[in-house]
Amino acid sequence: MHPAFSVIFLTTLIGAGQGLFLALYTGQVYNTFGVVGDVMPPQPLYIAGTVIVTLLMALGLFASFFHLGRPERAWRAATMWRTSWLAREVIVLPAFAGTAFLWGALHYFGIDPVVFTTGTVEVKLTLLVGLVAGVLAFLLYVCTGMIYAAIKFIQEWATPLTIVNYTLLGLASGFSLAAALSAYYCSSLVDAYALWALVFTLVGFVSRIFALRRNGRLKYKSTACTAIGVRHPKITQISQGAMGGSFNTREFFHHKTPQFMQAIKVFFLIMAFIVPVTLVVIGWSNQFALVLLAAALIQYVGLLAERWFFFAQANHPQNLYYQAT
Amino acid sequence: MTQLALVIDLNVCVGCSACVTSCKEWNTSSEGGGGMVDKNPYGKDPTGTFFNRVQTFEVGEYPNVETVHFPKSCLHCEDPPCVPVCPTGASYKRKEDGIVLVDYDKCIGCKYCSWACPYGAREIDEKQKVMKKCTLCVDRIYDTSLREDRRKPACVLACPTSARLFGDVHDPMSAVSVAINERGGYQLMPEWGTRPSNHYLPRRKMKSQVTEESLNRIDNPLKKEEQRAPVSSDLPSLDDFLF
Repeated sequence: MHPAFSVIFLTTLIGAGQGLFLALYTGQVYNTFGVVGDVMPPQPLYIAGTVIVTLLMALGLFASFFHLGRPERAWRAATMWRTSWLAREVIVLPAFAGTAFLWGALHYFGIDPVVFTTGTVEVKLTLLVGLVAGVLAFLLYVCTGMIYAAIKFIQEWATPLTIVNYTLLGLASGFSLAAALSAYYCSSLVDAYALWALVFTLVGFVSRIFALRRNGRLKYKSTACTAIGVRHPKITQISQGAMGGSFNTREFFHHKTPQFMQAIKVFFLIMAFIVPVTLVVIGWSNQFALVLLAAALIQYVGLLAERWFFFAQANHPQNLYYQAT
Repeated sequence: MTQLALVIDLNVCVGCSACVTSCKEWNTSSEGGGGMVDKNPYGKDPTGTFFNRVQTFEVGEYPNVETVHFPKSCLHCEDPPCVPVCPTGASYKRKEDGIVLVDYDKCIGCKYCSWACPYGAREIDEKQKVMKKCTLCVDRIYDTSLREDRRKPACVLACPTSARLFGDVHDPMSAVSVAINERGGYQLMPEWGTRPSNHYLPRRKMKSQVTEESLNRIDNPLKKEEQRAPVSSDLPSLDDFLF
């Protein structure tokens, strides 16, 4: 497939946004149930975090509009949620962003009454709102992943690993960002965030390697034989019906050399996984916010390359009809 | 239930692209479609929207080679994967005749349906920024102002070798169904379960089987004499006994 930058930015930005929110909420859960010992709930962290989450979601949404031919009709995209994962994403994305914003706003305005008490723990309103937003964040990962995994004949995508990778890589980038943010605000949550960032990055590395391995050994179901229905081991295309290229030659192939693809693969494996893990360990052990921030930003660049590769690697069966001009 | 479709006879298609040009002409000049835009039609890299293309494939290796001209347009699948993925409902399959269409007023141009079509049958219109595809000339097959035998897709009417048949593939008595049945009509990429309505009729090999036996009959009475044992001068001949 031709990797569209609008979609690359959309999926990486909202993935990081969801991950960051889930990190903030994890922090709140830890504080509520006394897992970490912050004396006061880190309100500035929650509020600044929510601002960043909202910004990431808004930027992602903004990027997605560049993918549309008719952005003024984008509202229509929510209508077919019964059948289309894209429509489901269009609904869940603003629902998550809105609930996450509400969570931050409740913190900002201090509207946080105790809803009920279990034992000695006071369950506050923000904890419940955050739970809803957290569930929506996970749903959004599923929706985004399923948009690609649901196309069964793009075999590189049609695997549960697509959803697992979207979730894990989003969580990894979000928690890396949260680690940098909490180190800046000197919150004791930094240990938890850095640990989770390492866990998600490493598990994401393993599952991405699994996906790469699977796709490297893929056996394509469609061949030139099934494409034109002639049974012969040697079928060569000599004309595709257009000499100046067409939508079919532009949209479904990346037009890059295998060497370039290989270089991007190595680049993203280093930048999205190896460098961030190293920097998080360094930043965490020295409580150095700047190094943690560098880890998050470098990981984001790595994930841009990862997403580019994800699209470029997908081989659409329609390419069988466009082998030669 | 009706399912209109094309049946394309690869045995007689000569690859003249008359179906391509007639399709382009009809869908550019007809009302309501909004045209099929071209970019740089006379420039260096001409490109444009097409609903139908004739591709050419070479099967085999010289000297045992065969050229297959292969017209490809939307196959109007009975289970079209492009329809459920559309987030706006712009992509739909008509209940009454099974034609898969795009509502140009609802399409947002997200291209997701083109990703979800394994045949590459959909193209974005660079001017209108909406997805376009073969409509089976829905604006002319029901046009009662046309003569009845002209109410067919433009490509079918243009084909000089009658390689394109048009009709209801659900009606077992229709010409298309008979052609599919009698000549082994097949669907493209059956492995994805899309059940395309358009069918292709395979090449027919016009070879006569001539064996050595059929050229030289063993029991040919005219050749009986050739099978006589060779005459030896040592043996007595019939003449020795007659005299």
